[in-house]
Amino acid sequence: MKLFASLLLCLFIPAALAAEVTGPKLDIGKGGQCVEDTQWMRKNHPNLLNHQRDETVHKGVRDTKHSLKGCIECHASTQDNSVTARKDSFCVACHSYEAVKIDCFECHSDKRQSAWLQRNAK
Amino acid sequence: MNINDLRRRNFLKTSIGTAAVAIAPGFLLFDIAHGKAQAVSGKVRWGMLIDTAQCQEGCSDCVTACNKENGLSGGTSATDSQWIRKVEIKDISSGRKVSLPMMCQHCEHPPCVDVCPTNASFKRADGIVLVDRHRCIGCRYCMMACPYKARSFVHEPLTDQNPDVPRGKGTVESCTLCVHRIDKGQQPACVESCTNKAILFGDLNNPDSEIAKKIRTVASVQVRASLGLNTGVRYQGI
Repeated sequence: MKLFASLLLCLFIPAALAAEVTGPKLDIGKGGQCVEDTQWMRKNHPNLLNHQRDETVHKGVRDTKHSLKGCIECHASTQDNSVTARKDSFCVACHSYEAVKIDCFECHSDKRQSAWLQRNAK
Repeated sequence: MNINDLRRRNFLKTSIGTAAVAIAPGFLLFDIAHGKAQAVSGKVRWGMLIDTAQCQEGCSDCVTACNKENGLSGGTSATDSQWIRKVEIKDISSGRKVSLPMMCQHCEHPPCVDVCPTNASFKRADGIVLVDRHRCIGCRYCMMACPYKARSFVHEPLTDQNPDVPRGKGTVESCTLCVHRIDKGQQPACVESCTNKAILFGDLNNPDSEIAKKIRTVASVQVRASLGLNTGVRYQGI
């Protein structure tokens, strides 16, 4: 009986723990239909961004479909127009959960462009 | 050809025409909504012609406009980024004074590109010399190689950049000829801001462009032409 109980315990503890562990909660901004399948984007967005960045910098291809600015335009929070300002911001939430440091925003603006323009219009 | 063939042919013609009319605006709108999807052409060479007779001493509207457009601090110390400077020159023997803006000259054979160890410094197909800051390691060879002192190094962390103009600490930067504006079909900020129209911007390769016509008809020089760099920025009256 003891053995059975401990076996049950062994089986249920991980299950209970697993149930508690959920992915990061993030503010997806406006959200809506992404340019690609969501699950595919989770895995491949760095490749898309790197490819688009070279196309834009070197060839002047400013197609917004896979551009960083395009991502930010939809996914910046509707509260603060940023993808990095808070713990649950679109980029920060997953990247801190996965402990992957990104340096995009040392140079690039993390703000939605329309909001930036509005603020800086003089 | 019998009557049925003709009917069929006419039917096909009209349906293709209708389809074209129906689909074409969709494509056009897609282009407008999604930005330019085509690579820049090597047939174009962007350049500037600066008329020093129109450039007023003491006026720095172009510098101010550049700073605002690109998010520069406007400081002029050794560690501040300056993409465009106003320069006053004086001929010692005659005392003649000339005022002119000086920035990256967008050379055809840029020395900054030659010396870059990581290929970060590069010339775009349309003649604009740029720094790919994803590749720049901040070694500053290009700053030493540039005969025009056009490049700056970013020493301090930056925040709140223009979404169109990413800039960051540890990389070299210089006048981009407002590449983000050119790609939208606009003129560089300095050109737009000049009240005296001292700066003429356009395609040097297009014989019908205003700048090409003017270069054909008036005397203009390249600064330090002896270096054979074939600059994209030319000056009148120096």
